[in-house]
Amino acid sequence: MLSFENISNAIHNWLYHSFSPTTALWLEFVLVAVCVISLFSFLGLVLILMERKVSAWMQVRLGPNRVGPKGMFQTVADTLKLIVKESMTPDGADKLLFNLAPFIVMIIAMMLMAPFMFARGFQIWDINIGVLFFTAVSSISVIGILMAGWASNNKYSLLGAMRSGAQIVSYELSAGLSILCIIVLTGSLRISDIIASQENGWWIFKGHIPVIIAFVTFIIAVTAETNRAPFDMAEAESELTAGFHTEYSGMKFALFFLAEYINIFIVCALGATLFLGGWMPLHVGHWQGFNHIMDYIPSSIWFFGKTFFLVFVIMWFRWTFPRLRIDQLLNLEWKYLLPISMVNLLLVTLMAILGWHF
Amino acid sequence: MYRKTEIIKEPTVNDSGDMIINIGPQHPATHGVLHLVITLNGETIKKVEPHLGYIHRSIEKMCESLSYRQFIYVTSRMDYLSSHINNHGCALCVEKGMQIEVPARAQVIRVLMDELTRIASHTLWWGAMAMDVGALTPFFLAFREREMINDIMEETCGARLTMNYMVPGGIMVDLHPTFQRKVKEFIVHFKSKIDEYDDLVTDNIIFKNRTVNVGVISKEDAISYGLTGPPARASGVSCDIRKIYPYEVYRTLQFEEIIETAGDSFARYLVRMKEMRQSLSIIEQLIDNIPEGDFQAKTKAVLKLPKGEFYSRVETARGEFGVYIVSEGGTTPYRIKFRSPGFSTLSALDHMARGSKIGDLVAIMGTLDFVIPDIDR
Amino acid sequence: MSFLGKYISNVFGAIRSLWKGMKLTGYYFTHHKEIITQQYPDNKDTLLLPERFRGEVVMPHDENNEHACTGCTACELACPNGTIKIITKFDIAPDGRKKKAIDTFVYHLELCTMCNLCIEACPTDAIKMAQTFEHSVFDRNELTKKLNKPGSRIREGIE
Repeated sequence: MLSFENISNAIHNWLYHSFSPTTALWLEFVLVAVCVISLFSFLGLVLILMERKVSAWMQVRLGPNRVGPKGMFQTVADTLKLIVKESMTPDGADKLLFNLAPFIVMIIAMMLMAPFMFARGFQIWDINIGVLFFTAVSSISVIGILMAGWASNNKYSLLGAMRSGAQIVSYELSAGLSILCIIVLTGSLRISDIIASQENGWWIFKGHIPVIIAFVTFIIAVTAETNRAPFDMAEAESELTAGFHTEYSGMKFALFFLAEYINIFIVCALGATLFLGGWMPLHVGHWQGFNHIMDYIPSSIWFFGKTFFLVFVIMWFRWTFPRLRIDQLLNLEWKYLLPISMVNLLLVTLMAILGWHF
Repeated sequence: MYRKTEIIKEPTVNDSGDMIINIGPQHPATHGVLHLVITLNGETIKKVEPHLGYIHRSIEKMCESLSYRQFIYVTSRMDYLSSHINNHGCALCVEKGMQIEVPARAQVIRVLMDELTRIASHTLWWGAMAMDVGALTPFFLAFREREMINDIMEETCGARLTMNYMVPGGIMVDLHPTFQRKVKEFIVHFKSKIDEYDDLVTDNIIFKNRTVNVGVISKEDAISYGLTGPPARASGVSCDIRKIYPYEVYRTLQFEEIIETAGDSFARYLVRMKEMRQSLSIIEQLIDNIPEGDFQAKTKAVLKLPKGEFYSRVETARGEFGVYIVSEGGTTPYRIKFRSPGFSTLSALDHMARGSKIGDLVAIMGTLDFVIPDIDR
Repeated sequence: MSFLGKYISNVFGAIRSLWKGMKLTGYYFTHHKEIITQQYPDNKDTLLLPERFRGEVVMPHDENNEHACTGCTACELACPNGTIKIITKFDIAPDGRKKKAIDTFVYHLELCTMCNLCIEACPTDAIKMAQTFEHSVFDRNELTKKLNKPGSRIREGIE
């Protein structure tokens, strides 16, 4: 059967069979890099188109419908436009940091792809601290945003970057605590173990109410972490024009834009992995026939389906809610999300020790 | 060849270490070319200083060279969202001077159009205000309803925004035959949609947090700053010209003057939302009772106001709009002064925004509903 | 305890209010018949403007190339912006009398604000508003129009 697992294993075996181990390893590196970059750009195009369509339908509009069939190539055209545009560097800017910032943001988004399992047995790096790797690396991206805001020599950018710093640092806590809930239940940081533990049911169904609370907290926290509305303080279009990327243009702006969408995809993929069972198909109790049909759907479709569902939820938030104010944003974190997720973690721990979950 | 230009380094901080930042003249929150120089301490606003003049077209001076029939159309360009009501005020002033009796049919149609304009203006405000606080969907929903009013206007008056439907002595042309049917359709449609507005924005917890206790202005301050219209009524000042100095058929209509007492952004929001419902009820009262008869009084071809000073006022969507004409007895006014509601509302912005955050400033400006050409004229 | 109860009811009240909004946008997301977008250049054939729509001033001519303008300049006087300029000449009527008539009716579209005052002022209904609205041209001179067609005459019986 043709699956991602078989293809990757075949390529792996062929490489090690035909070349020396060192060469094969290097060739694999190159192959993975090419795959990640193409996935990166493909996801960017798809997600931006999706956002535009979702927003249009929610706003009783049609959305892009001119370029290509049903407007499918709209984002391709936009990207081409951004590539040929001039990337300006303002006169008073710190040239090095200004030009470095978009690349840092993007490289971090790419690095985050490493531990994810996109389909059964299809993973770049099955590291034993997968979830920790994710939380650790994702918090570096705020440095890129701070760099962009500081180096632009623009007051709006600076304000946006500072807001973003305060926001990401605080929301990391509750995101981390809700991730911990699942780790407590699984007892492992390895992504493949976490997925394997959900073979007889996803954690969101197995874990009773505490896991559902953890899931909700996680979604809210990662929405804030990726600077998405209603937590888009760093951009806050009506307050700070465009926040930290006010001064960016052309491809450098496009990299920020792309990284934002990739980050959404990544956090949603993490949410799907932790709470919705990654590539695991939906199984219901003893309905053998139903479970059998579900098994026929390829694992990659399960994974991407769950992830895109979460992406849609985050987009749904954006096109419905007004933006919070910066102090209310921090209030929400420190007064509501953090205490709730702490108590919740205690409950989950209790549940895990007593073995109350299914 | 590219030449490096000398950059004038303006001080980014003042002597006491506060950051000075320009909001506008090109900024998404100002809905036009308003220029605010704000002094910031961190995110907290210490001072807001509005700079005017970016869209000054000297409309008052321009009116001095236009005849009494001609000058009305210029006033559409001031508060373009309630252009009809502006025209109404001017027409009233000329009629007062000429002592023209407006036919009953024209009076009713004028009021109908005024209230439709008010709803159109408030729906646009609702969308823009929601966009200011960060929700983008309401803008499009608001435009859907506004589009229906615009279509009605287009059919009867011939234009969508600057209608110029008022003439001294009545209205320019009679109603379109489909007017009543279309307005009734609109009433049915709008009644179901205004509840959606509440679901989407009014009840939203984030929106409430953004507006409750933000930009508070007390009743005394509201009076001393000369606020009129919804911002003043939100502070508990009774100032609806339609109630206090009723003009046209407002005397005979059943409607409430909406007064809230909190004086914050949310109160201003509620006043406008309730006003939309009141306007709807006024339209409902009038739409089946349009009297037959002339739509325009017989007037001379050339209007000459007698020597003297004339003042009339109307309630626009933003507050009291006053027209003050000094006539020397000629065919053109000697001097015209417009009292526009936006100008005095803007003067209170500093008072309201002091001590709040940048996000609050945007929310306050949203609820004050500025139309910049109305402020600058 | 009452503090905790208030805290929890706060949280649930907030979630309910947010869910109400999400239900509405979710409804619009799934109900595409509510979409109001008009795809403008595509619907040009079906797009009907109301007959009162004020696009530009035109002077209707009948099949004999005759119009109803007497050249009285009422519209020129009524116009607030100097959009209309009427150049008159003297025609020799069949009975030998000199008669005033228009030579050129100059209309500056770039100055016009579509206020309808000229149409109101016209005593013979010689001009009216057309429903065109795509006025963009490449040369500004094209916006200055001559409304009376070459060789046109005033219709019989209009004074």
